[in-house]
Amino acid sequence: MTGLGRNPVITLLAATGIVGSLFFADGVVASETGGDPEKGTKVFARECGTCHKVGPEARNGIGPHLNGLFGRRAGSLEGFRYSKAMREAGENGLVWEFETLDLFIENPRSVVKGTRMSYRGLKDADKRRHLLAFLRQFSDNPRDIPEAAPTLPEGPGFQVPESVLKMEGDPAYGEYLASECFTCHSKDGSDNGISPIIGWPPEDFVVALYAYKTGYRKHPVMEMIARSLGDEEIAALAAYLATLQPSE
Amino acid sequence: MTINRRHFLGAAAATAAVAGAPAIAGQAKPKVVVIGGGPGGATVARYVAKDSKGAIDVTLVEPTRKYYTCFFSNLYLGGLRDLASIGHTYGNLAAKYGINIVHDYAVGVDRDKKTVTLASGSVLPYDRLVLSPGIDFIKGSVPGWDVSAQNEMPHAYKAGSQTELLRAQIDAMPKGGVFAMVAPPNPYRCPPGPYERVSMVAFRLKQINPTAKIMIFDPKPKFSKMALFQEGWQNHYSGMIEWIGPDFGGDKVEVRPDAMEVVVDGEVNKVDVCNVIPAMRNGRICDIAGVSDGRWSPVVPATLQSRMDENIHVLGDSAAQGDMPKSGFSANSQAKVCAMAIRHALLGDKAFPPKFANTCWSALAECDGVKVGATYKATPEKIAKVTGFISKTGEPADVRCQTYKEAWGWYDSITQDMFG
Ligand SMILES: Cc1cc2nc3c(=O)[nH]c(=O)nc-3n(C[C@H](O)[C@H](O)[C@H](O)COP(=O)(O)OP(=O)(O)OC[C@H]3O[C@@H](n4cnc5c(N)ncnc54)[C@H](O)[C@@H]3O)c2cc1C
Ligand code: HEC
Ligand code: HEC
Repeated sequence: MTGLGRNPVITLLAATGIVGSLFFADGVVASETGGDPEKGTKVFARECGTCHKVGPEARNGIGPHLNGLFGRRAGSLEGFRYSKAMREAGENGLVWEFETLDLFIENPRSVVKGTRMSYRGLKDADKRRHLLAFLRQFSDNPRDIPEAAPTLPEGPGFQVPESVLKMEGDPAYGEYLASECFTCHSKDGSDNGISPIIGWPPEDFVVALYAYKTGYRKHPVMEMIARSLGDEEIAALAAYLATLQPSE
Repeated sequence: MTINRRHFLGAAAATAAVAGAPAIAGQAKPKVVVIGGGPGGATVARYVAKDSKGAIDVTLVEPTRKYYTCFFSNLYLGGLRDLASIGHTYGNLAAKYGINIVHDYAVGVDRDKKTVTLASGSVLPYDRLVLSPGIDFIKGSVPGWDVSAQNEMPHAYKAGSQTELLRAQIDAMPKGGVFAMVAPPNPYRCPPGPYERVSMVAFRLKQINPTAKIMIFDPKPKFSKMALFQEGWQNHYSGMIEWIGPDFGGDKVEVRPDAMEVVVDGEVNKVDVCNVIPAMRNGRICDIAGVSDGRWSPVVPATLQSRMDENIHVLGDSAAQGDMPKSGFSANSQAKVCAMAIRHALLGDKAFPPKFANTCWSALAECDGVKVGATYKATPEKIAKVTGFISKTGEPADVRCQTYKEAWGWYDSITQDMFG
């Protein structure tokens, strides 16, 4: 799983300075990390259109309408029945912006574990870029509302280093580390009001912790805990927690 | 109007040539003519002159001898600044930087000959022309109002005598009278400007006429810093201000200047002062130069060159550049990028990747300020917002007072940056 790929053009533009404007003027290069909204139209129709609507006439359907999405707190549209998980994610500070959306679309359950959105995720970073550029058009324009959400992602986007995803964790070390976790999370996988963490596919678990670690996913306690964990520790926890299965 | 690709190939060739042979030795100095002496024009003139150290001949054309900033003109309405403190002259730009200041009005641009004609009849040749003429109003955008009614119902959206008139009208309101504002549709200069104005009018009325009322008729469902303004109005001027959005007819407004009436969706309101802020477009000289798309002038984000002529740059309010709000801060920021691009093109000076920023402060009351700001990058399509911040509702008074004072510091700095 990778985040947004770095576009080699960025380096080129940075190096040549204003001369880059010639590229600009001729429209030869794509924008730095922004996508192409026109290409995004198609991605939206194929991937999201059956459940979501966007545009002047858009209403809620199977999923909430996506007008005014950027800068909106997750699970906050009046008149749509969200899952408890989505509402709580919003209450904990999840706001839809390029970075959080990128991650959510890539892997919905790594951001909102218990979401009702049954969508497998879109792994192609370029397609996500175009899709987000398309969706951004239906939220406030910063020219008119300066505080409106950015229209260009700030950096290369959320990324979990490939090396960490490939890392083989030591389950014994993981068991030791997990004792800290079970002071809050249930050990048997029941939902005690705090979502359970056992039996996760290791990759999803690693992504979830990295999302807290990098602040893409907001929650004061979990951000702090994730920041205190090194890569090896995260891999160990992932390996151990995957071996536990919820008791029915 | 479509983009002429030929110009850009031309630009590529020209720039390549300059990069190869920077010196234009033996020839006359390259000439830059700037039209408009606001934050866009004054800043670009000063930076080109200052940084080229006399290697470029800079002429600034501006009809007024004293430029009154729109920014802080609301504080004058509130009684927190005097008018003299927001007026500036061009003396330093001439004396310290050798800029030719011409107090005249540009009436013609010949793009083939590369000359500008002034109202006096004189003709100025240029290698690069910069247009920063601010805004003009769209005729007929508020039914019943045109510029001939500006003495009865001032706009005060170009500062100076209009601002003075509006202040006099506010001060002369009968006890318990009504101040009305017709707010503009997007896009317009200074997104929080009308609402800061309402705050400042309320601040003044609270002292001299506390039973007066303020009505805002707004075609927009939502405006910048809305929650912050509404909180401030509640805190400082509870019960004084009524905002009528499009759900209640704010988008169906007609005015009758002779009768001092505002008709909202058929219902007649008698008012004592009416501040009409019409819809806006680029300065007329952009149309004359043929660089406008009919309302604004599209530019190449990284250099502020017109999409229609690479020898013309358009800055500030008149430019269609993307995400930056039309503000003095934005115009000043764009001017610095533009000055660098001009020196690069004419002298082969080094150019760095363009960066843009904006912050808009608004005063809610004396010592209560809020702000919104962002940074931007040039993409091929537009100047795009990358990050930003905004004041929070419920902030403690000392934070707000700090923000208010910060704005005063900014005012001193930007006016020095413009006028030297
Ligand atoms: C009430 C109010 C409050 C504001 N508050 C803020 C604030 O707090 N912060 C902020 O950053 N911005 C603020 N602004 C916005 C800011 O004033 C404008 O965005 C800014 O002045 C734009 O600069 P400019 O150079 O594009 O145009 P202008 O400042 O309008 O300058 C254009 C100049 O060009 C001249 N001109 C026009 N046509 C010609 C011609 N044909 N020939 C020669 N000269 C010509 C005009 O005389 C004028 O002096 C406010 C605006 C208003 C109205
Ligand atoms: C099978 C139907 C379905 C598909 C396909 C789908 N979604 Fe969703 N989406 C939902 C549902 C249902 C929810 C509400 C989830 C919840 O409450 O947990 C949702 C929620 C969301 C939210 C959160 C909105 C909010 O108001 O907080 C976003 C953003 C979103 N979807 C984007 C997308 C995008 C982009 C795609 C395409 C890549 C997509 N979805 C594909 C059904 C779907
Ligand atoms: C002080 C209590 C506390 C401790 C200790 C704690 N967590 Fe959490 N954790 C929470 C809460 C509360 C949430 C729900 C946060 C949210 O909604 O984003 C959470 C969420 C999570 C999630 C995401 C769950 C989901 O459904 O998406 C993971 C994964 C997680 N924690 C892992 C851990 C690990 C691993 C540890 C130990 C290293 C740990 N937590 C320690 C309180 C805690």
